[in-house]
Amino acid sequence: MSKDNYDHVETSMNEELSAIEKTVLSDYKYGFVSNIEADEAPKGLSEDTIRFISAKKHEPEWMLEWRLKAYRQWLRMEKDEPRWANLKYTAINYQDIIYYSAPKQKSKPKSLDEVDPELRLTFEKLGISLSEQKRLTGVAVDAVIDSVSIATSFKEQLSELGIIFCSMSEAIREHPELVKKYLSTVVPPTDNYFAALNSAVFSDGSFCFVPKGVRCPMELSTYFRINAENTGQFERTLIIAEAGSYVSYLEGCTAPMRDENQLHAAVVELIAMDNAEIKYSTVQNWYPGDKNGNGGIYNFVTKRGICQGLRSKISWTQVETGSAITWKYPSVILKGDHSVGEFYSVAVTNNHQQADTGTKMQHIGKNTKSRIVSKGISAGYSNNSYRGLVHVGRKAENARNFSQCDSLLLGDKCGAHTFPYIEVKNKSAVVEHEATTSKIGEDQIFYCNQRGIDTETAVALIVNGFAKEVMNQLPMEFAVEAQKLLAISLEGSVG
Amino acid sequence: MSFVENYKEHFEQLLSVKDKKELSGIRENAFNAFAEFGIPTSKHEEWKYTRIGALFNRPYRFLLDPSHAVTVADIDAFRLPGHQEANELIFVNGIFSSALSKIISKGLAVVPLEEAAADSRYKQLVAAHFGNSGHYLKDGINALNTALVNGAVFVQLTKGMAVGLPVYIYNINDARKENIFSQPRSLIHVTENAQLQIVETYFTLGVEESFTNQVMEIVVEENALLEYYKIQNDAGNANQVSTTHIRQAGRSYVHTVTVSLNGGIVRNNLNMILEAERCESHLYGLYFQKGKSHIDNHTVVDNVKPNCFSNELYKGVMNDESTGVFNGKIFVRQQAQKTNAFQSNKNILLSDDASVNTKPQLEIFADDVKCSHGCTVGQLDEEALFYLQSRGIGQKMARSLLIQAFASDILEHVKLAAIRKHVEHLVAERLEF
Repeated sequence: MSKDNYDHVETSMNEELSAIEKTVLSDYKYGFVSNIEADEAPKGLSEDTIRFISAKKHEPEWMLEWRLKAYRQWLRMEKDEPRWANLKYTAINYQDIIYYSAPKQKSKPKSLDEVDPELRLTFEKLGISLSEQKRLTGVAVDAVIDSVSIATSFKEQLSELGIIFCSMSEAIREHPELVKKYLSTVVPPTDNYFAALNSAVFSDGSFCFVPKGVRCPMELSTYFRINAENTGQFERTLIIAEAGSYVSYLEGCTAPMRDENQLHAAVVELIAMDNAEIKYSTVQNWYPGDKNGNGGIYNFVTKRGICQGLRSKISWTQVETGSAITWKYPSVILKGDHSVGEFYSVAVTNNHQQADTGTKMQHIGKNTKSRIVSKGISAGYSNNSYRGLVHVGRKAENARNFSQCDSLLLGDKCGAHTFPYIEVKNKSAVVEHEATTSKIGEDQIFYCNQRGIDTETAVALIVNGFAKEVMNQLPMEFAVEAQKLLAISLEGSVG
Repeated sequence: MSFVENYKEHFEQLLSVKDKKELSGIRENAFNAFAEFGIPTSKHEEWKYTRIGALFNRPYRFLLDPSHAVTVADIDAFRLPGHQEANELIFVNGIFSSALSKIISKGLAVVPLEEAAADSRYKQLVAAHFGNSGHYLKDGINALNTALVNGAVFVQLTKGMAVGLPVYIYNINDARKENIFSQPRSLIHVTENAQLQIVETYFTLGVEESFTNQVMEIVVEENALLEYYKIQNDAGNANQVSTTHIRQAGRSYVHTVTVSLNGGIVRNNLNMILEAERCESHLYGLYFQKGKSHIDNHTVVDNVKPNCFSNELYKGVMNDESTGVFNGKIFVRQQAQKTNAFQSNKNILLSDDASVNTKPQLEIFADDVKCSHGCTVGQLDEEALFYLQSRGIGQKMARSLLIQAFASDILEHVKLAAIRKHVEHLVAERLEF
């Protein structure tokens, strides 16, 4: 480890400690509602809603047809709403949701100054001031607030390299040939209930295309935010990395405090060609509901990447601390020979949160490798499940997988569950899986107390150590925020 | 749904028999459950990898009549070594045959279940424990056994008795004339301070197909000790669903070894319910499959009370076109603090057409526990093979040595010497590729 790295660790540790102190009294730091006049679709879902969304976004005819087809598919899947997950919640009334809500804006701003001041204040409260980040960190931010992309920075710099990074609706208008070619090739609308729903009503999302041989010079990032009341957010993200290219993409989420459950059903598709690499990192911190389990976001996400080409690589990293319900299995289809899939996850549940998350690694090509590291932390009355599949197909010679899922229990009212599925159909495969469940030792806490570290800080320290292996995978900008989040999410779970 | 109607007929026939009234309530509930659940399909999470639906499309003879054509000589061909010094319980076509059985140990009571249910000595026990497996196995196949219980047996080992001689249980299907469907059922009570060793095996006479749907429920009381060995090496068209449901009602020690070497579709449910504090259980299993056989081991270790210990190790070797399934569940209830539970599953694939599906599950609701599970799928170690070959051992021999070593981790846990030799011999035979 270089000295720089040590410095970083030290600073982030200090920041993390002070973050705890700062937020001891605050319940949910990011719980506020900004008043932006929304442009909403009427409640409920019908073909008319879809026509409304499509018209709002000035979509071409083929897109509307595609949406309607997905909607009809969804109607047929009514009985297929997934019930197998280890989650308990009251049935969702799909007619009681507003499917489209866009912040009102007259024209697309050319620079940040033209952006609605109140909107910018929202970002500042979140601590992601666009201008600040633009200058200091070199991150291009495509901020999505309630379904519509507001400001896209660094676009010109990227376009010089031939990289297309824009909102999905823009991509549909500007690059229909790319969208037509790749959209739903990884997650077809028929894939599952929520993917069908998303395909029908998705409002916006990010689109990224990295051409052959280009290494994206900066971390691409989007902050999602659910804003208007009663609005489901349905983003659709599509990232294509052509042969020999590299891209790292960050996704971070915060949402204001609400009483009613909000539905979120996103679809993310990644496509990596020969020798390409995609790194996708997520920090998810949506409103988890109050201490008694009222409210909170329902998060049903389908994320899947395909290693299409030789020696391609897809890496998922996620830090899940929010949402009342999390249903999320970022997967990799290892189709190209010598391709690599990775999944690193930290999932924290507190109070009455429930998470059922994990990954799927489908080994199809020869000499494919995958690695799964999952860390679950449960506290309060929460339930945290890891559900993962490692499938080695008949032709996947020399496939290799290593999975590790560890659970940490804080308190005796919570649950930790592990459901690994391992299916091997090739004799040359080597698959390993290991899992442990434990709690924080009293001796560990005592050791910290002795040295003047109070119990709550000690727990945060130990939890951060437990999750370090995954945190190390995050880009620097995210790692700091993610560490803060871990500490905040576990507040009040000790003692 | 014609098979439900078919079994309904059998069911009504059983209900109409007057002197078997004690069980009719349980039976009726179970039949309703069967009608509701039906035969499990691959949509049932616990049956995802094992498909038995097609087996029920074939015609089977299901007999309620205890008379049969199996002779002592028929059984002699299959007797396990050491049988001279053992109690032998024999089920023919799922119905207990007292004529063929041999009970030589004192303190070992073997009573038809219907009689035990009416007998004041056993009545309460039967009421408390019969059908308990249904709480854990919510599927039609378990309910079907309970609904059509017939010719079942109640076994009790008297307080403080070490049986001295083991109990061998044979499940025989007479498929010489036609396909047979059989449902052996037993309830075994190991009382306080008693010690019991059980060895169970299955075989089918004749060349026709058989389907055994067995349920065995065992209750182990305070300070008792149970060793249970299951040997499955039946014909390639002998299918079975075999449930062994063990309740550790008092602080006790249970040791099980399941050795599955051949069969058609074989599904084992082994439930270990640790209902008292300071219980200890060991679960070992070896599956070594050939041909098109399918083996599915589903185990449940349910830690209900604190301070229990369990260790589980299942190993599999899959050859030819065989498929193996392992599904191990460890539950740790909120009350069960200080639980230590370990689970491990290791598999070797020997051929291109073999496959294995494994699913080690942990469900934990208590925080002060030590639980771990691990599983691996791989091949024979190339380096070890090379080491042996470089010392003049042929490749075939080297492979067979390595597999024997792999299997011996399980077989060494068979504490009955005669039986251990027997299974070691069966494995060695298989290794002559």
